[in-house]
Amino acid sequence: MSILINSDTKVICQGITGSVGEFHTQGCLEYGTKMVGGVTPGKGGQTVQGLPVFDTCEEAVAATGATATMIFVPPPFAADAILEAIDANIDVIIAITEGIPPMDMVRVNERIVESGSVLVGPNCPGVITAEECKIGIMPGYIHQKGKVGIMSRSGTLTYEAVWQTSNLGLGQTTCVGLGGDPIVGTSFIDCLELFQADDETEAILMIGEIGGSAEEEAAAFAAEHVTKPVAAFIAGRTAPPGKRMGHAGAIISGGKGTAAEKMAALEAAGIEVAQSPADMGTAMQRAIEKSTSA
Amino acid sequence: MKIHEFQGKQLFTKFGVSVLENRVVTEADQAANAFDELGGPVAVVKAQIHAGGRGKGTFLENPDQHGVQLVKSAQEATEVAAKMLGQHLVTIQTGPEGKRVNQVLVEAGCDIARELYLGIVLDRATAMPVLMCSQEGGVEIEKVAHETPEKIFKEHFDPAQGIESFQVRKLCKKLGISGKTVRAADKFMKSLCRMFVDLDCSLMEINPLVITGDGGLVALDSKINFDDNALFRHPDIIDMRDFNEEETSEVQASEAGLSYVKLEGNIGCLVNGAGLAMSTMDIIKLHGGEPANFLDVGGGADEQQVTEAFRIILSDPNVKAVLVNIFGGIMKCSTIAEAIVAAAQSVGFQVPLVVRLEGTEVEEGRRILEASDVELITATDLSDAAEKVVATLSQPA
Repeated sequence: MSILINSDTKVICQGITGSVGEFHTQGCLEYGTKMVGGVTPGKGGQTVQGLPVFDTCEEAVAATGATATMIFVPPPFAADAILEAIDANIDVIIAITEGIPPMDMVRVNERIVESGSVLVGPNCPGVITAEECKIGIMPGYIHQKGKVGIMSRSGTLTYEAVWQTSNLGLGQTTCVGLGGDPIVGTSFIDCLELFQADDETEAILMIGEIGGSAEEEAAAFAAEHVTKPVAAFIAGRTAPPGKRMGHAGAIISGGKGTAAEKMAALEAAGIEVAQSPADMGTAMQRAIEKSTSA
Repeated sequence: MKIHEFQGKQLFTKFGVSVLENRVVTEADQAANAFDELGGPVAVVKAQIHAGGRGKGTFLENPDQHGVQLVKSAQEATEVAAKMLGQHLVTIQTGPEGKRVNQVLVEAGCDIARELYLGIVLDRATAMPVLMCSQEGGVEIEKVAHETPEKIFKEHFDPAQGIESFQVRKLCKKLGISGKTVRAADKFMKSLCRMFVDLDCSLMEINPLVITGDGGLVALDSKINFDDNALFRHPDIIDMRDFNEEETSEVQASEAGLSYVKLEGNIGCLVNGAGLAMSTMDIIKLHGGEPANFLDVGGGADEQQVTEAFRIILSDPNVKAVLVNIFGGIMKCSTIAEAIVAAAQSVGFQVPLVVRLEGTEVEEGRRILEASDVELITATDLSDAAEKVVATLSQPA
């Protein structure tokens, strides 16, 4: 088991004819992902990386049986692409695109909660189930099949966490990049529920950052509903208030959303908090040791 | 992106949100004309800078002059404008060097019966915009939110529908607004919510929102931020950007497609990815150093962008060492290595450089650096990198 995606998941790429879409489709194919096609309006009938291109998601799903999509459509059209994927009843929608207007995501969010689909992102590196299925832009080789479920609001910092857990021999089940935008589909809480229910996942590592209150909400949820060991790191202890730190969602506004508040909430929930980004893997190890000795 | 109060009020007028009559002036003697044109017994002269706290703020050059002042004659308007224009206003948000005032707003006076607070933000938790009101107008709203959150009344609204009349009535009841002012509030709040959505704002504040003696509502101030991701569909808003209000290096960086925030420390950072860039700042601090900046070169930066990144970091005179931290995913370590070599030639490194590379094409990247004659210190992991860069500062030059 794993969460969201596995070696049987059939995947299409929306925006496959763009250079970025094609490049990462190739990367996913090389990792062993079952890529089955792509969608670009007006380019149906073409072939990219040996895969058929369709004009609409509806056609692509009917022809390939895809249950997941990876979206690289540019920001002005990305919300529409997500809505199209929902309409085509695709189970797992992974939006990589950075820079989607938040008001568009408000519209998407209303639809996603009514639908049976799961949205991951936008502005995220994607989702990977180690040694099975990679949907996204992360370097595949740093992942190693193992027991830690990882969820993160960041991209490269997730790679750092993956690398550390691989080097310690812990390995990963599934790693989910939630995205750095203020409004994203899948939350830490959604992932906690999935990881808690997954047999293979023995421990959970959470990578948060300043801005919003998703980490505090996740801490409260974990205290109530998660029995597996959890470790966490929060990026941005040194970030000044009122400045957007790269990610649209990483901003301390009105004195809220600081790293200190988040770390305190996590610790209060019994979560092992890494003080340094170099300590994410070892914090996970400590959390696992504590739970086995308890 | 932020805009000035006067620009916000121009937009308010366009959307039917009532403001007082006003004039923007850039020369002191225009203030007298403005006063006469407004035709009232009094007017208010307001310094236009992006920072808040202007009323309490004072000028570096004229410590007795505040950033907002009531005037009673055309001559006084000119005198006050002269004390503001070209001078530097220091507020709690500007830092000790203050911000240069390039324009002032001369606004008609008004009969204030009550002062309220009104704000709209996008609430992340519910993924909906929310209108917030409080009876505690004119004061620091963060303080109210922190100490007495029950005094802030909220209504979420659907962006497609805008706020509904019953929601406005609920808010009015809680704010103690009655009679014909409720009708004024209905138009006022609906127009404001429409504007928030139509212009892709990320924050809108009116503090204070005034109830006038005759029961009308007037926006006495305006603070509006726009979401940068949506600016592509608002060229008229982009035209309102005032580069004088922004850090020069941050403007240069955004033009080069880099995400850069200047800080007060002395260790320059060049990192790929926002989360890793924040973490790199954090680990420098943990090892006793102070980061000079946040800099995310992004996933697809080329040699030219990375060279520009070095140029921006090194143009900060505080920088005494530079830490490069790259975890290559999309970004190849070899690209970064080539960029470091190129930057060493075109920009030149006068300060110690610590480099930590990991990820895609790391071996090739390390080989390129070793083969070059660029003087640098290599680090094996995050802690090692932070230790080494902090250590360079304690060594005699």
